[in-house]
Amino acid sequence: MSTLLEVKDLKKHFPLKGQSLFSKEKPVLKAVDGISLSVQTGETLGLVGESGCGKSTAGRSILKLLEPTDGEVIFKGENITNYRGEKLRKLRKDMQIIFQDPYASLNPRKTIEQIITEPMKIFNVPKDERIKKLERLLDVVGLSSYHKHRYPHEFSGGQRQRIGIARSIALDPELVICDEPVSALDVSIQAQVINLMEDLQDEFNLTYIFIAHDLSVVHHISDRVAVMYLGELVETGEADELYQNPKHPYTQALLSAVPEANPHREKQRIILKGDLPSPAMPPQGCKFHTRCPFAEEICRTQEPLLKKVSTNGQQAACHFAEEVVD
Amino acid sequence: MESESPLLKVSNLHTHFFTKSGIVKAVDGVDFDIKPGETLGIVGESGSGKSITAMSILGLVPSPPGKIVNGEVLFKGENLVDKTDKQMRKIRGNEISMVFQDPMTSLNPVFTVEKQMIETILAHEKFTKKQARKRAIELLELVGIPDPQKRLKNYPHEFSGGMRQRVMIAIALSCNPSLLIADEPTTALDVTIQAQILELFKKMQKELDMAIIMITHDLGVVAEVCDRVMVMYAGKPVEFTDTTNLFDEGKHPYTLGLMNSIPKITAEKQKLEAIDGVPPDLRALPKGCSFAPRCKHVMESCLTIDPNLREVDDNHLVRCLLYEESESKKAVTP
Repeated sequence: MSTLLEVKDLKKHFPLKGQSLFSKEKPVLKAVDGISLSVQTGETLGLVGESGCGKSTAGRSILKLLEPTDGEVIFKGENITNYRGEKLRKLRKDMQIIFQDPYASLNPRKTIEQIITEPMKIFNVPKDERIKKLERLLDVVGLSSYHKHRYPHEFSGGQRQRIGIARSIALDPELVICDEPVSALDVSIQAQVINLMEDLQDEFNLTYIFIAHDLSVVHHISDRVAVMYLGELVETGEADELYQNPKHPYTQALLSAVPEANPHREKQRIILKGDLPSPAMPPQGCKFHTRCPFAEEICRTQEPLLKKVSTNGQQAACHFAEEVVD
Repeated sequence: MESESPLLKVSNLHTHFFTKSGIVKAVDGVDFDIKPGETLGIVGESGSGKSITAMSILGLVPSPPGKIVNGEVLFKGENLVDKTDKQMRKIRGNEISMVFQDPMTSLNPVFTVEKQMIETILAHEKFTKKQARKRAIELLELVGIPDPQKRLKNYPHEFSGGMRQRVMIAIALSCNPSLLIADEPTTALDVTIQAQILELFKKMQKELDMAIIMITHDLGVVAEVCDRVMVMYAGKPVEFTDTTNLFDEGKHPYTLGLMNSIPKITAEKQKLEAIDGVPPDLRALPKGCSFAPRCKHVMESCLTIDPNLREVDDNHLVRCLLYEESESKKAVTP
């Protein structure tokens, strides 16, 4: 397997209004504050975290839908961080995105045919090929040919998400960033869409970055998982290993909080105190120390770095990652 | 067993919406009862009628177009369907309260939490303003909001999502209701906050001995907090039993389909067994069983006969022809 995407110390800061009269520093919201990842061809990397942890911003910065503040994005060996204009446009062909809200992400005034063939039009695919491809795409995502003259409002949420998926793979991309693709769907429909995404991955050799807050869904679909907290990665590793043996106290709490559809399972639940701190004013030291049940003095002052905690490459950013017992 | 009389008994409830494009049978024959101190879960997907069931109990169905066309809702022996708006207003918030899904839209953004809490308390209790304020502080403390005296002066936007939901719960509890209806109370929240809120519900129930109707689409939440569960599909209950029994001995193909659709966090990874198709249009329900077009075990008779909810075991009701009469008579190959 080769590395398709590498992200090095990616940062995305948003300027905030209201600068203090006396400080020179402009206030910024550090939505993503130095994350490094690599994604292998054909794998699925899950990116999880609570709302406001920066997972969507990270996804969009990788695609350069948002201009990263700092860091590097290397796609197929090329540093694309400073790509602009035509070069960036060509790159879009290989990197696509599926959005969360199947209602807002399709133009209500265009037919399904127009929506799905638009990316191909932009990249000058000849008309007969476009039509052929459209039929094929409708078929693989489980829609019928007679659907193509209809408008988005005539479809249910699950079907709309299928249309969004068809559009995103129309140009045979290599990397697809899926930003909460199933969160807006009912459970029975959610399973259909997840199965579809897995089938498509095999068929078209797609690489996914799967962003979601639903930990069970992420576990199901991902090969590797990265957990984010306040703009930083706190733990990464193989999906099974990370879920069975989480090392970072945040990951442990997050996993223990998931309500499980099994009334017999007596679970030791770690209930975190308080809410997510404001990303505009993150705590000093380890950002998690305000809610961490194991926090000690060092956590308040020194920021832990990601370090290896297992032979399989699991990494955790915690001063006590080796000692924390679960 | 039958020593405790039910706090609430809903029988044969039908709530329909009369729209331009036809009659929407949102709730079409729901029966259940709930005992004091018990937690009943109502599970289903969007459009299954779970929220309208709750609205019908509270007399909150928008009318027109909605109307309770049949059935009764007996609360402490009185039929709520016959009550006037004025009488219902005394019951709502006092005897029966509700917590909604979205804590942002269910609080008024232009008033402080203090004003909204005191308003509720004064509407139901003969308190002075000072007493009401004291009660409000007690309630905020009860639901775990730090520094309640100060927080009382805040506006809803100054609270986080989880804190707002706590405020909503505090308001719902302000008159010691005997029944609390919670409509997807944790759906808008992150998992770690959801865990906090579910814990709070359990604690409140123990301390105040109230019954809870928990409406949710999340079987995980059901397993966590409910004593009994009613699974709804297209306006009708399809299965009704104890929580443990539902997860161990679930019978209805829809219930089983739902359980197989959710990825398990602990289990080995395998392909999800999705339910094919989409929920039916409530204006034009299929003849026979509403679930038949999506059902894996569909038989010819399912397309013509709408099965009744029948007892297949003690306290286990299922609406499915597979379990009618003798099961052996019609051995069905899946």
